[in-house]
Amino acid sequence: MRKTFLITLLFATSLFVSNNAFASEKEAEEGADGKDLKTEIKEYIDHHLLDSHDFSLFSIEQENGEKKHIGFPLPVILWDNGLKVFSSSKFHHGETVAEVDGNYYKLYHSKIYKTDAAGTINYDDKHHATNEKPLDLSITKGVVMIFITCLLMFWLFSSLAKSYAKNGSIPKGIGRFFEPIVLYIRDDIAISNIGEKRYKKYMPFLLTVFFFIWFLNMFGLTPLGVNVTGNIAVTAALAIITFLLTNLTGTKDYWKHLFDPLGDSMPWLGKLPLYIILIPIEILGIFIKPFSLLIRLYANMQAGHIVVMSLIGLMFIFKSWIGSPLSFGLAFAISLIEILVALLQAYIFTMLSALYFGFASEEHDHAEAH
Amino acid sequence: MSIPRIVGAGLIVIGVGVGIGRIGGQAMEAIARQPEAYGKIQTAMLIAAALIEGIGFAALFATTEIEG
Repeated sequence: MRKTFLITLLFATSLFVSNNAFASEKEAEEGADGKDLKTEIKEYIDHHLLDSHDFSLFSIEQENGEKKHIGFPLPVILWDNGLKVFSSSKFHHGETVAEVDGNYYKLYHSKIYKTDAAGTINYDDKHHATNEKPLDLSITKGVVMIFITCLLMFWLFSSLAKSYAKNGSIPKGIGRFFEPIVLYIRDDIAISNIGEKRYKKYMPFLLTVFFFIWFLNMFGLTPLGVNVTGNIAVTAALAIITFLLTNLTGTKDYWKHLFDPLGDSMPWLGKLPLYIILIPIEILGIFIKPFSLLIRLYANMQAGHIVVMSLIGLMFIFKSWIGSPLSFGLAFAISLIEILVALLQAYIFTMLSALYFGFASEEHDHAEAH
Repeated sequence: MSIPRIVGAGLIVIGVGVGIGRIGGQAMEAIARQPEAYGKIQTAMLIAAALIEGIGFAALFATTEIEG
């Protein structure tokens, strides 16, 4: 059993490494068109970290010099004086201008800009594009992955719930794997941080956010090349939900603790000069807590992807026989660490959310204790 | 990336490394002293490490990402 697991793990990791290596090899071969190898690798890594408007797995350079992209286009939805829906195949991976109802759009660094018919991009003195950006509501690669994860979670956990109803509280199949995790979140994360009385209210969110982040982190390690939790918009949305839940479900004592942290232990004349400093800090704290949540998850996943991709890029920097085994070995080791980090980050996000919910649901007798 | 930024990023990494290293070391000592409290110590260690890591990442982004 352990052996099969190890072999599967080895196979999955080597698949991940080889796929990325294959893709970057193709990119590196284009070094002839003026750019040096390091810029090429850097651009490839940057491209991987961004969300994209098509689901392309890798590209093959054909004999006539054209690139053939393996993958499929995704719908582009723009709001630009009316709803514009078209397929991202019109962009030809950023090589051509898409014409929709008399407007011209061009992909530039994975963002859509409005251009003229020739597709000119104007720059300011810092080399940032100054073209108008339409409101982009597209189903991008990341959004597709989120949909897939949602469907997977919905199917998985509703079928597990049904199997419990049928078998009388005995886990079956994959439920044997997930039951300890769910119980751990309930007993060691929710109950120990929020308390016996109010933990039930927060359980759906904690379980959902844990499995959502974990699954998306794990998808980020597959050869699909998605980087959803390394996208600051996704982590910001998750942190905003934590922020809203914390403050909307906060008890009277939570708000009293914010605006009157010292309580009755001091006469109000003595509290006044302290509160000029204390209350702004407490209010800032409300916003800093979810902000640190979003930065932590985003930066960890982003950094992990950069490290793995850079180690693979070493292969093309060394240009000798030592490069391949070295970069394979390092990328393999880092990939294993990344599997741990994927779980750890999901755990920490859930844990800290529960901690904040615990602050929000403190009762008066608890507040007096410290 | 200019030199002050690189030096700043290095300093941040040193600070975070020392901080998390101390947390890990002290947690090891605590576990050695009281092996039965392993679970609780590990949880507390992870939370503290995560908080430092969050600040460290925020500072790293401030040195490397913000233009100007």
